Amino acid sequence: MTSPSQPASDAAPQLTAAQAIANLQQTDDQGDRYYAAWWLGRFEIDEPEAIAALLLALQDEDNRDTDGGYPLRRNAARALGKLNDLSAVPALIDCLACDDYYVREAAAQSLASLNAIDGLLPLVALLDGGVDAAVEVPGKPHLVQPYNAILEALGGLGNSETVENVAPFLAHEVPQVKNAAARAMYQLTGAGHYTQALLDTLRCDDLQLRRSALLDLGEVGYLPAAGAITQTLAENSIKLIAMKGLLEKQISRSGKLLSDEACEVMNLMDSLL
Amino acid sequence: MAVFGRMVDSTLLETRLQAVEAADSSQGMVDAVEALAELQDEGATDMLIRVLGYNNPGAAVAAVEGLIQIGTPAASAVLAQIDGYNYGARAWALRVLAGIGDPRGLDLVRETAAEDFSLSVRRAAARGLGAIQWEKMAADERRDAQIKARDTLLKVLKDPEWVVRYGAIVGLQGVAAAAVNDGFDDLIAPVLAGLETLAKQDETTAVRARAQWASVQISELVE
Repeated sequence: MTSPSQPASDAAPQLTAAQAIANLQQTDDQGDRYYAAWWLGRFEIDEPEAIAALLLALQDEDNRDTDGGYPLRRNAARALGKLNDLSAVPALIDCLACDDYYVREAAAQSLASLNAIDGLLPLVALLDGGVDAAVEVPGKPHLVQPYNAILEALGGLGNSETVENVAPFLAHEVPQVKNAAARAMYQLTGAGHYTQALLDTLRCDDLQLRRSALLDLGEVGYLPAAGAITQTLAENSIKLIAMKGLLEKQISRSGKLLSDEACEVMNLMDSLL
Repeated sequence: MAVFGRMVDSTLLETRLQAVEAADSSQGMVDAVEALAELQDEGATDMLIRVLGYNNPGAAVAAVEGLIQIGTPAASAVLAQIDGYNYGARAWALRVLAGIGDPRGLDLVRETAAEDFSLSVRRAAARGLGAIQWEKMAADERRDAQIKARDTLLKVLKDPEWVVRYGAIVGLQGVAAAAVNDGFDDLIAPVLAGLETLAKQDETTAVRARAQWASVQISELVE
Protein backbone atom coordinates (compact mmCIF):
# COMPACT_ATOMS: atom_id res chain seq x y z
CA MET A 1 0.00 0.00 0.00
CA THR A 2 3.01 2.33 0.08
CA SER A 3 3.88 3.94 -3.17
CA PRO A 4 5.18 7.29 -4.36
CA SER A 5 1.60 8.41 -4.78
CA GLN A 6 0.84 7.99 -1.08
CA PRO A 7 3.53 9.76 0.89
CA ALA A 8 1.07 12.15 2.50
CA SER A 9 1.42 10.70 5.98
CA ASP A 10 5.16 11.34 5.94
CA ALA A 11 4.77 15.04 5.28
CA ALA A 12 7.67 14.56 2.88
CA PRO A 13 8.39 16.51 -0.28
CA GLN A 14 7.00 14.76 -3.33
CA LEU A 15 9.66 13.18 -5.49
CA THR A 16 9.61 11.00 -8.55
CA ALA A 17 11.94 8.03 -8.93
CA ALA A 18 13.92 9.89 -11.60
CA GLN A 19 14.28 12.98 -9.42
CA ALA A 20 15.35 10.95 -6.43
CA ILE A 21 18.00 9.16 -8.49
CA ALA A 22 19.23 12.49 -9.86
CA ASN A 23 19.28 13.98 -6.36
CA LEU A 24 21.35 11.06 -5.13
CA GLN A 25 23.84 11.39 -7.99
CA GLN A 26 24.50 15.13 -7.67
CA THR A 27 26.96 16.31 -5.02
CA ASP A 28 26.04 19.97 -4.44
CA ASP A 29 23.27 19.45 -1.91
CA GLN A 30 24.22 16.80 0.67
CA GLY A 31 20.82 17.03 2.35
CA ASP A 32 19.05 16.14 -0.90
CA ARG A 33 21.37 13.17 -1.41
CA TYR A 34 20.75 11.85 2.08
CA TYR A 35 17.01 12.22 1.70
CA ALA A 36 16.98 10.65 -1.77
CA ALA A 37 18.78 7.54 -0.51
CA TRP A 38 16.15 7.10 2.19
CA TRP A 39 13.32 7.83 -0.24
CA LEU A 40 14.41 5.19 -2.76
CA GLY A 41 14.26 2.55 -0.03
CA ARG A 42 11.07 3.80 1.52
CA PHE A 43 9.21 3.64 -1.76
CA GLU A 44 10.97 0.50 -2.92
CA ILE A 45 12.29 1.91 -6.17
CA ASP A 46 14.09 -1.17 -7.47
CA GLU A 47 15.01 0.07 -10.94
CA PRO A 48 18.57 -0.75 -12.04
CA GLU A 49 19.43 2.99 -12.08
CA ALA A 50 18.35 3.31 -8.45
CA ILE A 51 20.39 0.26 -7.41
CA ALA A 52 23.43 1.58 -9.28
CA ALA A 53 23.15 5.01 -7.65
CA LEU A 54 22.78 3.48 -4.19
CA LEU A 55 25.77 1.18 -4.76
CA LEU A 56 27.82 4.21 -5.73
CA ALA A 57 26.62 5.99 -2.58
CA LEU A 58 28.07 3.13 -0.50
CA GLN A 59 31.52 4.33 -1.65
CA ASP A 60 30.81 7.99 -1.00
CA GLU A 61 33.54 10.06 0.70
CA ASP A 62 31.88 13.50 0.68
CA ASN A 63 28.92 13.08 2.98
CA ARG A 64 30.57 12.98 6.44
CA ASP A 65 29.41 13.92 9.90
CA THR A 66 31.51 15.63 12.59
CA ASP A 67 32.37 12.22 14.02
CA GLY A 68 33.92 11.02 10.77
CA GLY A 69 30.85 8.87 10.07
CA TYR A 70 29.22 8.29 6.68
CA PRO A 71 25.51 9.21 6.97
CA LEU A 72 24.83 8.76 3.26
CA ARG A 73 26.36 5.28 3.24
CA ARG A 74 24.14 4.33 6.17
CA ASN A 75 20.99 5.38 4.35
CA ALA A 76 22.10 3.72 1.13
CA ALA A 77 22.86 0.47 2.96
CA ARG A 78 19.43 0.55 4.62
CA ALA A 79 17.70 1.29 1.33
CA LEU A 80 19.41 -1.59 -0.45
CA GLY A 81 18.01 -3.94 2.18
CA LYS A 82 14.52 -2.99 1.04
CA LEU A 83 15.01 -3.45 -2.69
CA ASN A 84 15.35 -7.20 -3.01
CA ASP A 85 18.19 -7.00 -5.52
CA LEU A 86 20.86 -9.55 -4.65
CA SER A 87 23.44 -7.77 -6.79
CA ALA A 88 23.88 -5.46 -3.78
CA VAL A 89 25.11 -8.29 -1.54
CA PRO A 90 28.88 -8.09 -2.23
CA ALA A 91 28.90 -4.33 -1.63
CA LEU A 92 26.94 -4.75 1.59
CA ILE A 93 29.43 -7.39 2.73
CA ASP A 94 32.22 -4.87 2.08
CA CYS A 95 30.32 -2.43 4.30
CA LEU A 96 30.75 -4.81 7.23
CA ALA A 97 34.39 -3.64 7.26
CA CYS A 98 33.54 0.09 7.25
CA ASP A 99 34.96 2.23 10.09
CA ASP A 100 31.47 3.57 10.77
CA TYR A 101 29.60 1.38 13.29
CA TYR A 102 26.23 2.49 11.92
CA VAL A 103 27.17 1.54 8.36
CA ARG A 104 28.10 -1.94 9.62
CA GLU A 105 24.82 -2.14 11.52
CA ALA A 106 22.77 -1.11 8.48
CA ALA A 107 24.67 -3.59 6.30
CA ALA A 108 24.05 -6.46 8.73
CA GLN A 109 20.33 -5.63 8.82
CA SER A 110 20.11 -5.40 5.07
CA LEU A 111 22.00 -8.66 4.51
CA ALA A 112 19.43 -10.25 6.82
CA SER A 113 16.45 -8.79 5.01
CA LEU A 114 17.90 -9.88 1.66
CA ASN A 115 18.40 -13.33 3.17
CA ALA A 116 21.94 -13.20 1.83
CA ILE A 117 23.56 -16.53 2.57
CA ASP A 118 26.88 -15.17 1.32
CA GLY A 119 26.84 -12.80 4.28
CA LEU A 120 26.96 -15.66 6.78
CA LEU A 121 30.74 -16.04 7.20
CA PRO A 122 31.52 -12.30 7.17
CA LEU A 123 28.83 -11.77 9.82
CA VAL A 124 30.17 -14.60 11.96
CA ALA A 125 33.65 -13.08 11.63
CA LEU A 126 32.40 -9.92 13.37
CA LEU A 127 31.69 -12.05 16.45
CA ASP A 128 35.38 -12.99 16.73
CA GLY A 129 36.63 -12.84 20.29
CA GLY A 130 33.18 -13.74 21.61
CA VAL A 131 31.65 -12.05 24.62
CA ASP A 132 35.04 -10.94 26.01
CA ALA A 133 35.63 -8.77 22.96
CA ALA A 134 32.09 -7.39 22.93
CA VAL A 135 32.75 -4.30 25.02
CA GLU A 136 31.79 -0.64 24.77
CA VAL A 137 33.75 1.75 22.63
CA PRO A 138 35.07 4.39 25.06
CA GLY A 139 33.09 7.60 24.67
CA LYS A 140 30.51 6.10 22.30
CA PRO A 141 26.99 4.92 23.05
CA HIS A 142 27.61 1.52 21.47
CA LEU A 143 29.71 -1.65 21.64
CA VAL A 144 32.60 -2.40 19.27
CA GLN A 145 30.30 -4.21 16.84
CA PRO A 146 26.55 -3.97 16.12
CA TYR A 147 25.95 -7.24 17.96
CA ASN A 148 22.15 -7.00 18.00
CA ALA A 149 22.00 -6.66 14.25
CA ILE A 150 24.58 -9.41 13.68
CA LEU A 151 22.84 -11.88 16.01
CA GLU A 152 19.44 -11.10 14.54
CA ALA A 153 20.82 -11.58 11.05
CA LEU A 154 22.31 -14.95 11.95
CA GLY A 155 19.00 -16.02 13.47
CA GLY A 156 17.17 -14.99 10.33
CA LEU A 157 19.63 -16.66 7.98
CA GLY A 158 18.94 -19.83 9.93
CA ASN A 159 22.10 -21.86 9.46
CA SER A 160 22.30 -24.10 12.53
CA GLU A 161 26.08 -24.26 12.30
CA THR A 162 26.18 -20.72 13.67
CA VAL A 163 24.69 -21.89 17.00
CA GLU A 164 28.17 -22.17 18.52
CA ASN A 165 28.94 -18.58 17.57
CA VAL A 166 25.65 -17.19 18.83
CA ALA A 167 25.18 -19.17 22.07
CA PRO A 168 27.92 -17.43 24.11
CA PHE A 169 26.09 -14.11 23.71
CA LEU A 170 23.19 -15.46 25.80
CA ALA A 171 25.45 -14.53 28.71
CA HIS A 172 26.22 -10.99 27.56
CA GLU A 173 25.52 -8.38 30.20
CA VAL A 174 23.69 -5.93 27.88
CA PRO A 175 20.01 -6.95 27.83
CA GLN A 176 19.50 -6.05 24.16
CA VAL A 177 22.42 -8.26 23.12
CA LYS A 178 21.30 -11.10 25.37
CA ASN A 179 17.78 -10.89 23.95
CA ALA A 180 19.04 -10.81 20.37
CA ALA A 181 21.01 -13.97 21.11
CA ALA A 182 17.96 -15.63 22.70
CA ARG A 183 15.83 -14.76 19.71
CA ALA A 184 18.44 -16.10 17.30
CA MET A 185 18.90 -19.31 19.30
CA TYR A 186 15.16 -19.93 19.15
CA GLN A 187 15.20 -19.40 15.39
CA LEU A 188 18.24 -21.64 14.91
CA THR A 189 17.16 -24.51 17.17
CA GLY A 190 13.37 -24.21 17.50
CA ALA A 191 13.79 -24.81 21.26
CA GLY A 192 11.07 -22.85 23.09
CA HIS A 193 13.10 -22.40 26.27
CA TYR A 194 15.29 -19.82 24.55
CA THR A 195 12.32 -17.46 24.40
CA GLN A 196 12.16 -17.35 28.20
CA ALA A 197 14.59 -14.43 28.31
CA LEU A 198 12.23 -12.50 26.02
CA LEU A 199 9.15 -13.43 28.04
CA ASP A 200 10.91 -12.30 31.22
CA THR A 201 11.77 -9.02 29.54
CA LEU A 202 8.07 -8.33 28.90
CA ARG A 203 7.75 -7.89 32.67
CA CYS A 204 10.84 -5.77 33.27
CA ASP A 205 10.73 -2.11 34.32
CA ASP A 206 12.22 -0.63 31.17
CA LEU A 207 9.61 0.30 28.55
CA GLN A 208 12.16 0.34 25.72
CA LEU A 209 13.22 -3.22 26.54
CA ARG A 210 9.63 -4.36 26.82
CA ARG A 211 8.91 -2.88 23.40
CA SER A 212 11.87 -4.57 21.77
CA ALA A 213 11.05 -7.93 23.39
CA LEU A 214 7.51 -7.60 22.02
CA LEU A 215 8.84 -7.02 18.53
CA ASP A 216 11.34 -9.89 18.89
CA LEU A 217 8.61 -12.34 19.88
CA GLY A 218 6.47 -11.13 16.99
CA GLU A 219 9.36 -11.44 14.59
CA VAL A 220 9.95 -15.09 15.49
CA GLY A 221 6.21 -15.75 15.75
CA TYR A 222 6.34 -17.58 19.09
CA LEU A 223 2.68 -18.59 19.50
CA PRO A 224 2.71 -19.49 23.23
CA ALA A 225 3.62 -15.84 23.96
CA ALA A 226 0.24 -14.54 22.78
CA GLY A 227 -1.25 -14.10 26.25
CA ALA A 228 1.90 -12.54 27.72
CA ILE A 229 2.15 -10.10 24.81
CA THR A 230 -1.45 -9.00 25.33
CA GLN A 231 -0.79 -8.37 29.05
CA THR A 232 2.43 -6.40 28.60
CA LEU A 233 2.47 -2.77 29.70
CA ALA A 234 3.15 -1.06 26.37
CA GLU A 235 1.30 0.64 23.57
CA ASN A 236 -1.36 -1.47 21.87
CA SER A 237 0.12 -0.45 18.50
CA ILE A 238 3.31 -2.37 19.27
CA LYS A 239 1.47 -5.31 20.79
CA LEU A 240 -0.64 -5.54 17.63
CA ILE A 241 2.48 -5.66 15.46
CA ALA A 242 3.84 -8.47 17.63
CA MET A 243 0.55 -10.38 17.49
CA LYS A 244 0.46 -9.97 13.71
CA GLY A 245 3.82 -11.75 13.65
CA LEU A 246 2.41 -14.65 15.67
CA LEU A 247 -0.69 -14.86 13.51
CA GLU A 248 1.17 -14.84 10.21
CA LYS A 249 3.69 -17.41 11.42
CA GLN A 250 0.80 -19.68 12.48
CA ILE A 251 -0.83 -19.22 9.07
CA SER A 252 2.32 -20.16 7.22
CA ARG A 253 2.88 -23.12 9.55
CA SER A 254 -0.67 -24.47 9.13
CA GLY A 255 -0.93 -23.56 5.46
CA LYS A 256 -4.41 -22.03 5.91
CA LEU A 257 -5.82 -18.68 6.99
CA LEU A 258 -8.04 -20.07 9.74
CA SER A 259 -7.14 -22.54 12.48
CA ASP A 260 -8.09 -22.68 16.18
CA GLU A 261 -4.74 -21.15 17.08
CA ALA A 262 -5.09 -18.37 14.52
CA CYS A 263 -8.59 -17.49 15.76
CA GLU A 264 -7.32 -17.41 19.33
CA VAL A 265 -4.64 -14.90 18.35
CA MET A 266 -7.18 -12.81 16.42
CA ASN A 267 -9.49 -12.77 19.43
CA LEU A 268 -6.70 -11.27 21.50
CA MET A 269 -5.84 -8.82 18.71
CA ASP A 270 -9.45 -7.64 18.60
CA SER A 271 -9.18 -6.75 22.30
CA LEU A 272 -6.15 -4.54 21.56
CA LEU A 273 -7.78 -2.39 18.88
CA MET B 1 -24.84 0.13 43.63
CA ALA B 2 -23.03 2.97 41.95
CA VAL B 3 -24.98 5.53 43.92
CA PHE B 4 -24.26 3.92 47.26
CA GLY B 5 -20.65 3.46 46.26
CA ARG B 6 -20.35 7.12 45.51
CA MET B 7 -21.82 8.17 48.80
CA VAL B 8 -19.69 5.82 50.83
CA ASP B 9 -16.54 6.65 48.94
CA SER B 10 -16.86 10.41 48.63
CA THR B 11 -13.75 11.01 50.72
CA LEU B 12 -11.88 8.39 48.73
CA LEU B 13 -12.85 10.15 45.52
CA GLU B 14 -11.77 13.47 47.00
CA THR B 15 -8.42 12.03 48.08
CA ARG B 16 -7.74 10.54 44.66
CA LEU B 17 -8.75 13.70 42.82
CA GLN B 18 -6.31 15.61 44.98
CA ALA B 19 -3.59 13.05 44.31
CA VAL B 20 -3.90 13.76 40.58
CA GLU B 21 -3.68 17.51 41.27
CA ALA B 22 -0.62 16.96 43.42
CA ALA B 23 1.26 14.54 41.15
CA ASP B 24 4.72 15.95 40.54
CA SER B 25 6.26 13.39 38.18
CA SER B 26 5.22 11.69 35.00
CA GLN B 27 4.98 8.26 36.64
CA GLY B 28 3.33 9.75 39.72
CA MET B 29 0.65 11.18 37.45
CA VAL B 30 0.10 7.81 35.78
CA ASP B 31 -0.29 6.09 39.16
CA ALA B 32 -2.66 8.77 40.48
CA VAL B 33 -4.84 8.66 37.35
CA GLU B 34 -4.98 4.86 37.44
CA ALA B 35 -6.12 5.00 41.07
CA LEU B 36 -8.76 7.58 40.24
CA ALA B 37 -9.99 5.70 37.17
CA GLU B 38 -10.27 2.50 39.18
CA LEU B 39 -13.14 4.02 41.21
CA GLN B 40 -15.33 4.14 38.06
CA ASP B 41 -16.99 7.11 39.68
CA GLU B 42 -18.86 9.70 37.66
CA GLY B 43 -17.38 12.35 39.92
CA ALA B 44 -13.97 11.65 38.35
CA THR B 45 -15.17 12.55 34.85
CA ASP B 46 -14.01 16.15 34.64
CA MET B 47 -10.58 15.41 36.07
CA LEU B 48 -10.07 12.42 33.76
CA ILE B 49 -11.05 14.56 30.79
CA ARG B 50 -8.58 17.23 31.89
CA VAL B 51 -5.82 14.59 31.99
CA LEU B 52 -6.40 13.88 28.27
CA GLY B 53 -4.80 17.28 27.57
CA TYR B 54 -1.69 16.79 29.75
CA ASN B 55 0.60 15.30 27.10
CA ASN B 56 1.30 12.28 29.31
CA PRO B 57 0.44 9.19 27.22
CA GLY B 58 0.53 6.76 30.14
CA ALA B 59 -1.88 8.91 32.14
CA ALA B 60 -4.07 9.49 29.08
CA VAL B 61 -4.38 5.73 28.47
CA ALA B 62 -5.52 5.27 32.08
CA ALA B 63 -7.92 8.22 31.80
CA VAL B 64 -9.42 6.85 28.56
CA GLU B 65 -9.97 3.47 30.24
CA GLY B 66 -11.58 5.17 33.23
CA LEU B 67 -13.87 7.32 31.09
CA ILE B 68 -14.97 4.31 29.04
CA GLN B 69 -15.89 2.52 32.27
CA ILE B 70 -17.92 5.54 33.41
CA GLY B 71 -19.78 5.28 30.11
CA THR B 72 -22.71 7.48 29.11
CA PRO B 73 -22.07 10.41 31.50
CA ALA B 74 -18.47 10.54 30.29
CA ALA B 75 -19.64 10.51 26.66
CA SER B 76 -21.96 13.45 27.41
CA ALA B 77 -19.14 15.43 28.99
CA VAL B 78 -16.71 14.67 26.16
CA LEU B 79 -19.27 15.58 23.48
CA ALA B 80 -20.01 18.87 25.25
CA GLN B 81 -16.35 19.88 25.33
CA ILE B 82 -14.64 18.27 22.34
CA ASP B 83 -14.74 21.28 20.03
CA GLY B 84 -12.40 23.17 22.33
CA TYR B 85 -9.72 20.47 22.45
CA ASN B 86 -6.28 20.62 20.89
CA TYR B 87 -5.32 17.78 18.57
CA GLY B 88 -3.78 15.55 21.24
CA ALA B 89 -6.68 15.80 23.65
CA ARG B 90 -9.17 15.40 20.81
CA ALA B 91 -7.52 12.16 19.68
CA TRP B 92 -7.79 10.71 23.18
CA ALA B 93 -11.38 11.97 23.52
CA LEU B 94 -12.33 10.24 20.27
CA ARG B 95 -10.95 7.01 21.68
CA VAL B 96 -13.24 7.53 24.65
CA LEU B 97 -16.25 8.00 22.36
CA ALA B 98 -15.27 4.99 20.27
CA GLY B 99 -14.83 2.90 23.39
CA ILE B 100 -18.17 3.85 24.92
CA GLY B 101 -20.15 3.49 21.71
CA ASP B 102 -22.64 6.19 22.62
CA PRO B 103 -24.81 6.72 19.53
CA ARG B 104 -24.61 10.51 19.97
CA GLY B 105 -20.94 10.24 19.04
CA LEU B 106 -21.60 8.21 15.91
CA ASP B 107 -20.97 10.91 13.32
CA LEU B 108 -17.78 12.07 15.01
CA VAL B 109 -16.47 8.52 15.27
CA ARG B 110 -17.34 7.83 11.62
CA GLU B 111 -15.49 10.93 10.52
CA THR B 112 -12.53 9.93 12.68
CA ALA B 113 -12.34 6.39 11.30
CA ALA B 114 -12.26 7.73 7.76
CA GLU B 115 -10.12 10.82 8.12
CA ASP B 116 -8.04 11.14 11.25
CA PHE B 117 -4.34 11.80 10.76
CA SER B 118 -3.24 9.23 13.34
CA LEU B 119 -3.51 5.57 12.42
CA SER B 120 -4.06 4.46 16.01
CA VAL B 121 -7.00 6.85 16.34
CA ARG B 122 -8.48 5.64 13.02
CA ARG B 123 -7.99 2.07 14.22
CA ALA B 124 -9.82 2.70 17.51
CA ALA B 125 -12.62 4.56 15.74
CA ALA B 126 -13.11 1.80 13.17
CA ARG B 127 -13.31 -0.76 15.94
CA GLY B 128 -15.71 1.51 17.85
CA LEU B 129 -18.17 1.69 14.97
CA GLY B 130 -18.73 -2.01 15.52
CA ALA B 131 -19.62 -1.50 19.17
CA ILE B 132 -22.25 1.23 19.08
CA GLN B 133 -24.92 0.90 21.76
CA TRP B 134 -27.73 0.68 19.22
CA GLU B 135 -30.32 -0.01 21.88
CA LYS B 136 -29.85 3.58 23.02
CA MET B 137 -30.94 4.88 19.64
CA ALA B 138 -34.58 5.24 18.65
CA ALA B 139 -35.62 2.14 16.71
CA ASP B 140 -36.73 4.12 13.66
CA GLU B 141 -33.32 5.79 13.34
CA ARG B 142 -31.24 2.66 13.65
CA ARG B 143 -31.41 1.33 10.13
CA ASP B 144 -30.12 4.53 8.50
CA ALA B 145 -27.44 4.92 11.15
CA GLN B 146 -26.27 1.34 10.65
CA ILE B 147 -26.09 1.90 6.91
CA LYS B 148 -23.94 4.98 7.50
CA ALA B 149 -21.62 3.11 9.88
CA ARG B 150 -21.39 0.22 7.41
CA ASP B 151 -20.62 2.43 4.43
CA THR B 152 -17.94 4.33 6.31
CA LEU B 153 -16.30 1.06 7.31
CA LEU B 154 -16.47 -0.30 3.76
CA LYS B 155 -14.40 2.75 2.75
CA VAL B 156 -11.99 2.24 5.64
CA LEU B 157 -11.28 -1.26 4.29
CA LYS B 158 -9.09 0.62 1.79
CA ASP B 159 -7.01 2.42 4.43
CA PRO B 160 -3.25 2.31 3.64
CA GLU B 161 -2.44 0.93 7.12
CA TRP B 162 -3.02 -2.79 7.72
CA VAL B 163 -4.07 -2.31 11.33
CA VAL B 164 -6.78 0.19 10.39
CA ARG B 165 -8.15 -2.24 7.79
CA TYR B 166 -8.06 -4.93 10.48
CA GLY B 167 -10.02 -2.62 12.82
CA ALA B 168 -12.53 -1.90 10.08
CA ILE B 169 -13.14 -5.63 9.58
CA VAL B 170 -13.83 -6.07 13.28
CA GLY B 171 -16.08 -2.99 13.13
CA LEU B 172 -17.99 -4.37 10.16
CA GLN B 173 -18.53 -7.66 11.92
CA GLY B 174 -20.06 -5.70 14.82
CA VAL B 175 -22.30 -3.64 12.55
CA ALA B 176 -23.43 -6.77 10.70
CA ALA B 177 -24.28 -8.52 13.98
CA ALA B 178 -26.28 -5.48 15.13
CA ALA B 179 -28.13 -5.29 11.81
CA VAL B 180 -29.07 -8.97 11.95
CA ASN B 181 -30.14 -8.51 15.55
CA ASP B 182 -32.45 -5.68 14.49
CA GLY B 183 -33.86 -7.71 11.61
CA PHE B 184 -32.02 -5.83 8.85
CA ASP B 185 -30.45 -8.93 7.28
CA ASP B 186 -30.54 -7.23 3.91
CA LEU B 187 -27.79 -4.82 5.03
CA ILE B 188 -25.07 -7.42 5.14
CA ALA B 189 -24.62 -8.41 1.49
CA PRO B 190 -22.18 -5.54 0.76
CA VAL B 191 -20.30 -6.39 3.97
CA LEU B 192 -19.78 -9.99 2.88
CA ALA B 193 -18.75 -8.88 -0.58
CA GLY B 194 -16.21 -6.42 0.82
CA LEU B 195 -14.79 -8.98 3.23
CA GLU B 196 -14.49 -11.64 0.57
CA THR B 197 -12.53 -9.32 -1.68
CA LEU B 198 -10.21 -8.48 1.18
CA ALA B 199 -9.80 -12.13 2.19
CA LYS B 200 -8.55 -12.89 -1.30
CA GLN B 201 -6.62 -9.78 -2.22
CA ASP B 202 -5.24 -7.90 0.76
CA GLU B 203 -1.45 -7.59 0.75
CA THR B 204 -1.30 -8.34 4.49
CA THR B 205 -1.82 -11.96 5.51
CA ALA B 206 -3.22 -11.04 8.93
CA VAL B 207 -5.86 -8.87 7.28
CA ARG B 208 -6.83 -11.65 4.86
CA ALA B 209 -7.25 -14.01 7.80
CA ARG B 210 -9.39 -11.61 9.83
CA ALA B 211 -11.57 -10.87 6.80
CA GLN B 212 -12.07 -14.57 6.21
CA TRP B 213 -12.95 -15.15 9.84
CA ALA B 214 -15.42 -12.26 9.93
CA SER B 215 -17.02 -13.54 6.77
CA VAL B 216 -17.46 -17.02 8.29
CA GLN B 217 -18.92 -15.61 11.50
CA ILE B 218 -21.34 -13.26 9.75
CA SER B 219 -22.53 -16.06 7.46
CA GLU B 220 -23.29 -18.18 10.53
CA LEU B 221 -25.52 -15.39 11.88
CA VAL B 222 -27.91 -15.51 8.95
CA GLU B 223 -28.00 -19.25 8.35
